[in-house]
Amino acid sequence: MYAFDIERPSTIADAVKALSDEDAQALGGGQTLIPTLKQRLAMPATLVSLTGIGEMQGVCIGDNGEVCVGGATNHATVAAETASSYPGLSGLAGNIGDPAVRNRGTVGGSLANNDPSACYPAAALGSGATIITNTRQIAADDYFQGLFETALDEGEVITEVRFPVPEAAHYEKFVQPASRFALVGVFVAKYADGVRVAVTGASENGVFRWTEAEAALAADFSAGALDGLSVPADGMISDLHGSSEYRAHLVKVMTGRAVAAC
Amino acid sequence: MPKDGGIGASTTRREDVRFLTGKGNYTADINTFGQAAAIFVRATVANGVIKSIDTSAAAEMPGVLAIFTGEDFVDVGGNPAGWLINSRDGEPMKEPKRPVLAHGKVRHVGDAYAAVIAETEQQARDAAEEVIADIEELPAIIDMAAALAGDAYVHDEIATNQCFDWGWIEDNRAATDEAIKNAPHVTTLELVNNRLVPNAMEPRASIGTYDAAGDSYLLQTTSQNPHLTRLLISAFVMGIPENKLTVIAPDVGGGFGSKIYHYGEEALVLAAAKKVGRPVKWVADRTESFLTDAHGRDHVTKIELACEKDGTFIAFRTETLANVGAYLSNFSTATPTFLHGTLMAGNYTVPNVYVNLKAVFTNTAPVDAYRGAGRPEATYSIERVIDMAARELGIDPVEIRRKNFIKPEQYPFGTAAGLEYDSGNYDALMDKMEAMVDRKAFEERRKQSEANGKMRGLGINAYVEACGIAPSNLVGVLGSRVGLYDAATVRVNATGNLSVMVGAHSHGQGHETVFPQIVGEMLGIDPQSVDIVHGDTSKIPFGMGTYGSRSLAVCGSAVVRATEKIIAKAKKIAAHMLEAAADDLDFTDGQFTVKGTDKSVGFGDVALKAYIPHEFPIEDIEPGLEETAFYDPANFTYPSGAYACEVEVDPDTGKVTIERFTACDDFGNVMNPMIVSGQVQGGVVQGIGQALLENTTYNADGQLLSASYMDYVMPRADDLPFIAVDHSDGTPCTHNPLGAKGCGEGGAIGSPPTVVNAVIDALQSGGKNVTHIDMPLTPARVWAAMNNA
Repeated sequence: MYAFDIERPSTIADAVKALSDEDAQALGGGQTLIPTLKQRLAMPATLVSLTGIGEMQGVCIGDNGEVCVGGATNHATVAAETASSYPGLSGLAGNIGDPAVRNRGTVGGSLANNDPSACYPAAALGSGATIITNTRQIAADDYFQGLFETALDEGEVITEVRFPVPEAAHYEKFVQPASRFALVGVFVAKYADGVRVAVTGASENGVFRWTEAEAALAADFSAGALDGLSVPADGMISDLHGSSEYRAHLVKVMTGRAVAAC
Repeated sequence: MPKDGGIGASTTRREDVRFLTGKGNYTADINTFGQAAAIFVRATVANGVIKSIDTSAAAEMPGVLAIFTGEDFVDVGGNPAGWLINSRDGEPMKEPKRPVLAHGKVRHVGDAYAAVIAETEQQARDAAEEVIADIEELPAIIDMAAALAGDAYVHDEIATNQCFDWGWIEDNRAATDEAIKNAPHVTTLELVNNRLVPNAMEPRASIGTYDAAGDSYLLQTTSQNPHLTRLLISAFVMGIPENKLTVIAPDVGGGFGSKIYHYGEEALVLAAAKKVGRPVKWVADRTESFLTDAHGRDHVTKIELACEKDGTFIAFRTETLANVGAYLSNFSTATPTFLHGTLMAGNYTVPNVYVNLKAVFTNTAPVDAYRGAGRPEATYSIERVIDMAARELGIDPVEIRRKNFIKPEQYPFGTAAGLEYDSGNYDALMDKMEAMVDRKAFEERRKQSEANGKMRGLGINAYVEACGIAPSNLVGVLGSRVGLYDAATVRVNATGNLSVMVGAHSHGQGHETVFPQIVGEMLGIDPQSVDIVHGDTSKIPFGMGTYGSRSLAVCGSAVVRATEKIIAKAKKIAAHMLEAAADDLDFTDGQFTVKGTDKSVGFGDVALKAYIPHEFPIEDIEPGLEETAFYDPANFTYPSGAYACEVEVDPDTGKVTIERFTACDDFGNVMNPMIVSGQVQGGVVQGIGQALLENTTYNADGQLLSASYMDYVMPRADDLPFIAVDHSDGTPCTHNPLGAKGCGEGGAIGSPPTVVNAVIDALQSGGKNVTHIDMPLTPARVWAAMNNA
């Protein structure tokens, strides 16, 4: 680790101000950033911790019934507080990493990092969530822009995420056995106006929607509706833990299991 | 029933109190006044020529005290291989110099070519980044077959990349070839025994201290083997006289083999301590552990089993390439040869065995003994090909093994691979395993799994291994450059409590609990009054350390011999005190009694008399009560076992779930059943890790892809089943005084083929034409095998 300064603002405004320094780096729960720093793979002059900002903490129900999660809310809190309001989201949050990770890692940190194998991007994209930042609102469909790439500008902070609550949803994860990230994770959400299927862990471009499955499931919300569909292996991640063909195959298997569990 | 705390009692491990309350004393916990920090600069390429190293900028960095490169060690020796192997043509093995720091070339990712000593670790790290090396990258030599065939070399002076080409037993080669040629049935299997990273919980660490007043050195280090480390540094690497070097291995957090060996970092901190005049400390980070701890296994093997149509074995023949990595680690040449080839008859009366093994240099981390060391490789090859043969011949896998087992009345049994097994009862182990497994009900369990959409398989296995490596006379003939005895000193203090100095080193085994159980039982005293001293060359007569499941069988036997000497001397003192002849005394429960009388004296009174020798027959008996024994066994010991594993395989994902695991072992006489159960369970977990999870992968450039816990899969509780163990009816070892065999490795030896046999059985039951999958059987590999079948 290199030496750095740390700031702990208590308001979003102070955080944004601190982040305006070009060598400053936002720190959520640190579940990716701290290991990166320990490896000396990053050298920020200042870390701006977001977890002390009260207005970015907690879960509530919005005016339109959506579940609103503060950007600095940790996974354990999300799991506990959405258990009845949005069980599919709660289930996803409650199975990220291990208890230590869930009590440090934050939803904003996960979405800002946009690891291609992280769980939260699947929930956000699969729910058609809205990412609220200090400057604007971004639809999930516009937010995820590839491997570790998002629509966020430099210094922009995710203050809140709003999840429309579906009629039914389930996240099915096949874990990468070492990291316990998703080797393939599929979030299926059934809304009155359609079905969303978001896939994480599989694609070289990060989280994506499997639109063919969405169409088939909109017509017939059953695992059998996926018969005959397949995901091309092209563009899927191939690594120590699975080939692109294997991941493509798992997308279908996990989607079917998620539908069955809804 | 064992006595409380005596031999055979499941005494709670006394060392656990300090380990579990944070009071252990590990090398990294030790901080001394004025200590400086060492950080190593390591190769990021697998193969490269060091054109130049510019340390000038680093030297100007804050806090820097000294910088070392390979140039600083050209005049000192190299770290040697401990065992000389001769090739089939009689040529001695190729033995490249293994320097303290790389010189001329770097040969694997992580190979250290410079070291920075600074006031603080942070300053040393900062400065290490300023060491500018011009290293011309060469193509990496990774694949063993390609290494033997190619024209690029790990060591320029070894223009074959071959360390040796060994035949065992060469005189049996022609007969074995002929037997296979004429056999009614031959099963052939090509397999990979996957490379493993040892992953001790505690990374390696070393502190060097130099005392200018006495021109002497102290090395505190993470070692399983402090005396050997001292010997190697003294005799081969640094030339420091042994009496000027103390090596202390304090609490060590696991080794599994990786801390048997001497590493260059240990020599570096000693040299640095002298140069800067301050203690120098180095603690590896986890990445360094992955890149530089000696790895395990890494064999590519073709095995043939020739048999009659009724399953009677005629011959085993193997051809193996064994990866030794970039340099020869201390036991890297013994592990694939005399700890592997000699076991290739397994538990069987098979008349013909021949092993050809070529050891190959590659641009990867050195490979050496890792829990089981050669014997897991042997067992895996034998037991996989037997399973395959049984399936081809339509014979039950238990029956084909029973048909060929060495029977109890045949001991001592000389095997076709050159060992003489002293005792065992493999059928009895198999009987017990079958009963514990409830094999008759397996089909019901399989049906239940199928109803849940899963394929279920039962894998079984028999193993025999050789541990307590010995005797010195034999291993010397076979090429060992060290003896393989061990030593113990039993010191009875005046007030009757004891310190027992042992050459074995405990890094998780429980010696501090078990050795006192033995001494306490023999002397009829409370084991709590006996303390074990280990890991300090200045306090212990000598020792060969702990590996190869040898502590109890070899060092424990030395403890017995030393304690017998104590009893003999105490008896003389007691005889004097009781005014009787020593021969007329009985010694039971800590009391010396004149036979047929009620005249007696307690052991404590005798001890006091030894140190306060008033009215003492000083002409006949020396004062004091302290005895040392060196014990050199007559043979290896031969633990054996019968294992079973039941798995479910998910046909949609290929994921294997272990439902049940059963381990029946014969460890001879058991001193502490609880500790033995823990050893078996730990070993089985490591074997399951090898079979299903641990995938050490270098890419073609020699980069270790699985160099962190984000990619290297260690077994976790939720990967594991309940592991049922039994070791209650062992056949005693016939040649050591405890009748003990050795339990540290059986679990890791017996389990990998058991798991793989189970998975193949499951796939076959599900109609998949899969006969073999190389370890680790990850979901992706199982899925690919199912879908190519």
